[in-house]
Amino acid sequence: MFVAAAAGILVSMSLALLRALLGPTVYDRVLAVNTFGTKTVLLIASLGFLTGRPEFLDLALVYALINFIGTIAVLKFFEFGDLGLTRRVHREAE
Amino acid sequence: MIDLVLEVASWISIVAGLFFMLVGTIGVLRLPDVYTRLHAAGMTDTMGAGFLILGMMLQTIEGILHGQDTWWFVLVRLVLIYLFILFTSPIATHALARAGLAGGVEPWTAPTDGDA
Repeated sequence: MFVAAAAGILVSMSLALLRALLGPTVYDRVLAVNTFGTKTVLLIASLGFLTGRPEFLDLALVYALINFIGTIAVLKFFEFGDLGLTRRVHREAE
Repeated sequence: MIDLVLEVASWISIVAGLFFMLVGTIGVLRLPDVYTRLHAAGMTDTMGAGFLILGMMLQTIEGILHGQDTWWFVLVRLVLIYLFILFTSPIATHALARAGLAGGVEPWTAPTDGDA
């Protein structure tokens, strides 16, 4: 059963990767990478069940954390052009 | 008897999760702009991941009933992963939409007769 789950997740991961390659704007690419990360979490979990070692769920949990932080950091960079340092410097200068 | 019920229920959950995940990904590929694609991606995160994790939880419960005493921690981790996805997916979606608007991406509108 988990073979089917892993195969289906891999197919949808490749489709998400296609959107990341096609995406006309940078936000499309970030969106595709974000969904790719969520699917990676599920793929790691189902691979853990597939090999009979559910300890893999620890890796999935850590990957979910990294995925969220990475998405927010990249978005902040593209929204403001920096990660917040230069704005603070400007505000202090004023 | 309870084995069969758990097995069938987990099969149904995993197949439903795969269905929602594939539909959401096809939506991400085919919809016209980033805001509509966010809608499809959000469905992947809640329904797809939710049903897949529910299926895995049912499998874990079956394992516990078969004497895998230590598998309760698997159940706890599955719940944690689902809670985390449940909280972070809307935050990421909101941040993406806000960044898109601030970055000057115009929302797609259906072409009207006057324009065409």
